[in-house]
Amino acid sequence: MPMTTADTEPVLKVVDLSLSYLTRQGPLQAVQSVSFELGRGQSLGLVGESGCGKTSIANCLMRLLPDNGRLTSGQILLDGQDLVPLSEEEMRHFRWGQMAMVFQAAMNALDPVYRVGQQVVEAIEAHGVEVTTAGARERVARLFRMVGLDPQLMERYPHEFSGGMRQRAVIAMALACDPSVIIADEPTTALDVIVQDRLLRELKGVQRELSMSMIYISHDIGVVAEVTDRIGVMYAGRLVELGDTADVFGAPMHPYTAALMSSFPSISGEKHELETLPGEPPNLANPPAGCPFHPRCAYATEECREEFPAQVQRGSRWTACWHPLTDMAGVGQ
Amino acid sequence: MIERPPNQPPPAGEGVSLFGDAPEIDLSRGRVDLTLVRLRMAWRTLRDGWAVFVESRIGVLSLAIIAVFALMAFSHPILMATVWEPDVYDPVTGYAFDRFDHPAPPNWRHPLGTDSLGRDILSQLLFSAKSEFILGITAALVTVGIATTVGAVAAYYGGLVDSLLMRLADLIIALPGISLLIVLSALFNLNLFYLALIIGVLGGFGGTAIILKSQALSIRVKPYIEAARAAGGSHFHVIFVHIIPNLLPLSLLYMMFTVTGAIFAEAVLSFLGLLDIRMSWGIMIHTANVGGYLLSGANYWWLVIPAGASITLLCSAFYLVGRALDEVVNPRLRRHDG
Amino acid sequence: MSNPGSAPLVAVDGLTKRFPIAAGLFRKPTSFIHAVDDVSFRLGGSESLGLVGESGCGKTTVGKLLVKLLEPTGGNITYRFPAPAVGGHLAGSVEASNIRGRQLRVFRRQAQMIFQDPYESMNPRRTVYDTIAEPLAVQGIGDVVGRLDRVSEILNLVGLTPAGAFLFRRPHELSGGQRQRVAIARALVIGPSFVVADEPTSMLDVSSRTGIMSLMQELAERLGIAYLYITHDLAVARYMCHRIAVMYLGKIVEMAETEELLRNPLHPYTRALLSAVPSPDPMRRREPPNIEGDLSLPIDPPARCRFYDRCPMATERCANSPHPPAEEKAPTHWVACYEA
Ligand SMILES: Nc1ncnc2c1ncn2[C@@H]1O[C@H](COP(=O)(O)OP(=O)(O)OP(=O)(O)O)[C@@H](O)[C@H]1O
Ligand SMILES: Nc1ncnc2c1ncn2[C@@H]1O[C@H](COP(=O)(O)OP(=O)(O)O)[C@@H](O)[C@H]1O
Ligand code: SF4
Ligand code: SF4
Ligand SMILES: [Mg+2]
Ligand SMILES: [Mg+2]
Repeated sequence: MPMTTADTEPVLKVVDLSLSYLTRQGPLQAVQSVSFELGRGQSLGLVGESGCGKTSIANCLMRLLPDNGRLTSGQILLDGQDLVPLSEEEMRHFRWGQMAMVFQAAMNALDPVYRVGQQVVEAIEAHGVEVTTAGARERVARLFRMVGLDPQLMERYPHEFSGGMRQRAVIAMALACDPSVIIADEPTTALDVIVQDRLLRELKGVQRELSMSMIYISHDIGVVAEVTDRIGVMYAGRLVELGDTADVFGAPMHPYTAALMSSFPSISGEKHELETLPGEPPNLANPPAGCPFHPRCAYATEECREEFPAQVQRGSRWTACWHPLTDMAGVGQ
Repeated sequence: MIERPPNQPPPAGEGVSLFGDAPEIDLSRGRVDLTLVRLRMAWRTLRDGWAVFVESRIGVLSLAIIAVFALMAFSHPILMATVWEPDVYDPVTGYAFDRFDHPAPPNWRHPLGTDSLGRDILSQLLFSAKSEFILGITAALVTVGIATTVGAVAAYYGGLVDSLLMRLADLIIALPGISLLIVLSALFNLNLFYLALIIGVLGGFGGTAIILKSQALSIRVKPYIEAARAAGGSHFHVIFVHIIPNLLPLSLLYMMFTVTGAIFAEAVLSFLGLLDIRMSWGIMIHTANVGGYLLSGANYWWLVIPAGASITLLCSAFYLVGRALDEVVNPRLRRHDG
Repeated sequence: MSNPGSAPLVAVDGLTKRFPIAAGLFRKPTSFIHAVDDVSFRLGGSESLGLVGESGCGKTTVGKLLVKLLEPTGGNITYRFPAPAVGGHLAGSVEASNIRGRQLRVFRRQAQMIFQDPYESMNPRRTVYDTIAEPLAVQGIGDVVGRLDRVSEILNLVGLTPAGAFLFRRPHELSGGQRQRVAIARALVIGPSFVVADEPTSMLDVSSRTGIMSLMQELAERLGIAYLYITHDLAVARYMCHRIAVMYLGKIVEMAETEELLRNPLHPYTRALLSAVPSPDPMRRREPPNIEGDLSLPIDPPARCRFYDRCPMATERCANSPHPPAEEKAPTHWVACYEA
């Protein structure tokens, strides 16, 4: 059953987070006033078109920003501790130890000249989770089994692995230090459906078993619908809708969420007409005034063009839109 | 199985363009002159490339140094025609009658002094600058012309053609370059132009060809090469329209490095007195050495330092311009990469 | 779709392609990757056939064989192009292996390919105009002015308007969706009757994907183009194709009309593929696919059914018999499996 935030004290709380990249054309607002909470053992999906700021949020949380990235406001509270003011030295303890990330294109992140198992062992030893090498190896074997890899594969080199196997090894590495939060950025985008399906099952199993919290980033709403309890829809650096996955996909409130869903081809049920979202996402160096979605929105009014919409709260979900789609009476009780 | 990294598409509508924005053409206003558009685009490319280049201070400094040497090369014939009497100031046959203590230290008539044969050092220095440019640039053009074609052809055809060309390259690399030149110059009377040609050919079929070939290989497997073939493009079309233009930036870089190598090789050969050249920086040092002034260099610094410093400066300047160009050509090295 | 009365546009019989596993320059290779193995199908004029399967199963290789970017190891491809388009050069049925020299040029006007990766399929130094006009230029069609008009026209057709704003852009100034439109324009500019589209939307995002999909459908209808549409996404194939062929390690294992295949999959691999597709519908609960193991490389595979190692239904018979032949289990529904 999906847990709602009310049930538990959140592990991770993000308040009013904003990030800009300094570019030749001036500052580019990649993340703007994003707030959300993540309960223990809960998984939160982030969806949106490419370039809408999903990866940037993940990088903020890990405090792994490129040189030209600047956190302009906000707090990142992990178990009540704000990560934003921490020094790089202090942050290192939280990174991998408490919060781990599976990067987009992670399967190319393994070092080709070392045995895969050795790379995970080193990650464990570096964080002092296990003191002895034997203990660390024992642990890696367990992790490998957990993600569905034969522990014998520890002795192999990355190039001997298929894409799916490498991706699993990377997930094992992320789990190595028992993090309380794991962030997965498009971990299956490069994989086939069958491999993807198996990997998602394993990821979900591990997450349940260790009661870890997870942030799952993807532009494939089918995948996100299956692995997450709650979902955040992003557009142009902003979170525009947040709620329980079943509610949001059952009855989207924000026109962008609805557009995303009706442009998603599906193999089940009747073949519905695919709708094309007109236009392109805005240039974040120079976003439109008011609601950033208004140039592409069928419901846009004068109000939308002038002012960023206020949040409409319905039970455990909310959206930022002047004209939310459904009358939400009764939802979220 | 070849795994493809999940790509991260450039976000739509965000014009993070490295080389300026495309010209907008209004088609409703009559015919478009394609040549004009292309000229305009080439101009923009140059201008924007320059904008990146000037961000590298060392690159600009080095370019300034090269410009100073170029000015020196141009100034020599002018000075000879106006203020310098040929009898006194000719770099090879002149003799400074106004002094008896050759080699004379710097004085106001001879700002850098004279050599042991009574010739003006400044005149020699300026005169040689021209030779160095001719040598360096000829060698570089020959090297790059050959290496680009060889690299592209070897990469494109592969198989036997590739094997033959690459074994040739290995052979040339295995030959010790300077020693080979020493042998050749001992056997033949090498003047500047032949020297440039030999250095160019050795570089062109040797190391540079291998580097350009490996780059050409990575271009060759790009889908746009296949797309060009599917469009009906011939081998010639693919090599000269798709592969070589994409090699040119790297070629330009190696041109700079070749200039450095050629000037240096010339200096070594001249120092050993093996070349049939009237005057060069290497010969200036050679002359000092023959006169026995090299070992007591501290007392006769003007015989060695101007020529030595010029060699070092011009060689490093070309090298550093190459490195700065690398940044223009290789956007990955750039800092604010969108 | 494939009307048995008229001859198909493309008829593929027993198509096979083996890649030698690198051995030195003068040594004979001893083992081969069986990338495409005994594949047969028909493609009618203005029909769209989907080719679906996991990565590395040989889809792209089939596509490249069909447009003669690769030479087959065995088998036949027979084309029958519409007579008015090809004049005397490729009249009637022609075999792929006989197309050479002058005929190959004419062939290239008839058969085009859209490549998988829009980020790599355009030369980064050339403008949109250069890229789209390339087929015209190398074929010597029209003069410079005529080509400019033709390119502007096709840019409007693929939705890059106003054409003047796009003509002289370089690839880095285009978004992924726009690049894919340029790739489509390049394939269509010389008026082909048959296009291989290799995963034209797999690298695009949801919003640009639907745009490209409807564009391709519309153009197919308007210009009467036949597609071989390669994809690993069954949901995309459902929207784009009249028929779907499912490939596994170089073999076509099932082929049927799209809705029939989705409603009534017969091959165990097709079933697994279908049940692995995640769905955003919160009401839908799907069964996990019941196959084990990973896709392997088809290096000198044993003669038995290619799917045997991962098949949940495999029997004694599958172990001892050769790869099953394709049988028509229902009208126009072909399956290669002993147990289906
Ligand atoms: N030129 C080649 N040399 C050697 N092997 C090759 C070559 N091209 C393809 N292969 C191999 O042939 C098989 C089929 O490749 P192909 O590119 O057709 O797969 P695909 O189905 O298109 O996969 P994807 O979905 O990843 O594009 C793979 O095992 C591949 O590694
Ligand atoms: N290092 C960077 N410098 C400048 N802009 C960047 C950088 N990284 C990302 N961006 C921009 O920030 C926006 C959000 O990017 P990202 O978080 O990667 O999106 P997503 O993961 O949703 O595809 C995009 O407009 C992207 O171009
Ligand atoms: S605020 Fe207005 S423009 Fe924005 S999504 Fe809502 S209706 Fe559309
Ligand atoms: S023939 Fe046998 S092994 Fe092959 S798919 Fe059918 S049941 Fe499975
Ligand atoms: Mg991303
Ligand atoms: Mg492919």
